[in-house]
Amino acid sequence: MVIPEPAFYEAVERAAAETYVKALIDVPADVRAALDSARRRETHPIGTRVLELVALNIRVADERRILVCQDTGTPVYWVFIGSGLAVDGVRLESAIRRGVEAATRDHSLRSSICHPLSRENPQTNTGYRVPVVHFEFVAGVEYLDLVMLPKGSGSENQSFLKMLSPADGVAGIKKFILESVVEAGPKGCPPYIVGVGLGGSADLCMVLAKRALLRPIGSRNPDPAVAALETELLGAINRLGIGPQGLGGVVTALAVHIEHAYTHISQSPVAVNIQCWRGLRAAARVHPDGRTEVLDRWQPPGG
Amino acid sequence: MAATWRLTTPLTEAEVRRLRAGDLVFLDGRVIGVRDATLIRIFDHGVEPPVDLAGAAVLHTAPNVRREGDRYIPLSVGTTTSARMDRFTRGLLERYGVRAIIGKGGLYLPESLEALRAFGGCYLAIVGGAAAWQTLHTEAIEAVYWEDLMPEALWVFRVKELGPLFVAIDSHGESLYAEVGAEARARLGQILADTG
Repeated sequence: MVIPEPAFYEAVERAAAETYVKALIDVPADVRAALDSARRRETHPIGTRVLELVALNIRVADERRILVCQDTGTPVYWVFIGSGLAVDGVRLESAIRRGVEAATRDHSLRSSICHPLSRENPQTNTGYRVPVVHFEFVAGVEYLDLVMLPKGSGSENQSFLKMLSPADGVAGIKKFILESVVEAGPKGCPPYIVGVGLGGSADLCMVLAKRALLRPIGSRNPDPAVAALETELLGAINRLGIGPQGLGGVVTALAVHIEHAYTHISQSPVAVNIQCWRGLRAAARVHPDGRTEVLDRWQPPGG
Repeated sequence: MAATWRLTTPLTEAEVRRLRAGDLVFLDGRVIGVRDATLIRIFDHGVEPPVDLAGAAVLHTAPNVRREGDRYIPLSVGTTTSARMDRFTRGLLERYGVRAIIGKGGLYLPESLEALRAFGGCYLAIVGGAAAWQTLHTEAIEAVYWEDLMPEALWVFRVKELGPLFVAIDSHGESLYAEVGAEARARLGQILADTG
């Protein structure tokens, strides 16, 4: 068990800030590839034009180092803690929060976070229980991976949860997911990455739908039955004709990612968490001595 | 066949009536940025807007800006989902004479589409998420009102050749969103029958 040096928490703070800004500016390589492929496949005149503008936009963001989209999102972090690292969780959370505040201040990011009743905006992109931080644990390593997902609101507002009955079967699961995509329609900036949670409890199910968005496009659920459902649903969604920006076309989704958990014998929970075309996320690895690597091709542990 | 139009604000009813769903628009002049908090203040709290909106193009937005002295520099000006502001559409057109709403994701309330038809307005879809590109076409922030709502203040942007914007809902009752949505629901029925 390694006790990290004091420099570790400073490095986490910097990594939290840097991954936030990187996620807002730099569209991940797998998403770029999927958008390029979508542009070649799209046949609708408006859909084609939209995807050309998307490509132009990514180029402008690269060249000028400016935000891809104005929405700075809800700051969500997934922290994967190595079992060989003796982390102080309180210091860790507070370092991540300071990182969000530093990024907001230093890069003049719009503060998108407010009190749910008064709507008071502290202008920091933080507040009570925000940033949202999820923790997972990885056996046998002595580092920490920090994955940042600044979740845009246009797509986050297209979130759906249903506690189906076991008797609804797989057909009921498919129906709910497809209906959710139709309901989202043009509102969450298609073409989408459709995050799906399957099983668990109501709370875990929605967390899994969001966790699915951490996966790079092209990755598959390790369970063959779940992977087959990902493929089938992607095909079905791309028959809906919603298209880029919902103005018509053959590319409605770039990917369907399903994360699953075992569930109660009397439940069949399904959650859908839509991600917009920019598919934004960024990852960094922090070592106990504070050494930090940006991970452009990060994959969740265990597939 | 889709037409391409180059328009300058303020817009006239005749200009807007010529636009047909599927046409493309490039816009010059001033665009007024509003969103949730701004429109709640105007319509729910009854505060008169500080700028004349007759002939205006309004944009559903809340930008990233940097303050320099008494000016704001636009860092990222993008577009937010219009559906949340749907219920304010009629008031913007009927009471204040707005001619164009620039947004993404569309308007759906029958009364919004009816207002666009009755008063001569249009909904211009911009590519959502394409703020870097949109910012290139935003020359300056000319004025900001209601800074206490930051970033949901009322913004006056000067834009140059902002486009292509897609005429997604025209003043003749045609909505691309309604057409694509109806088609998607019809196809969903078939897909569900196929997949079992």
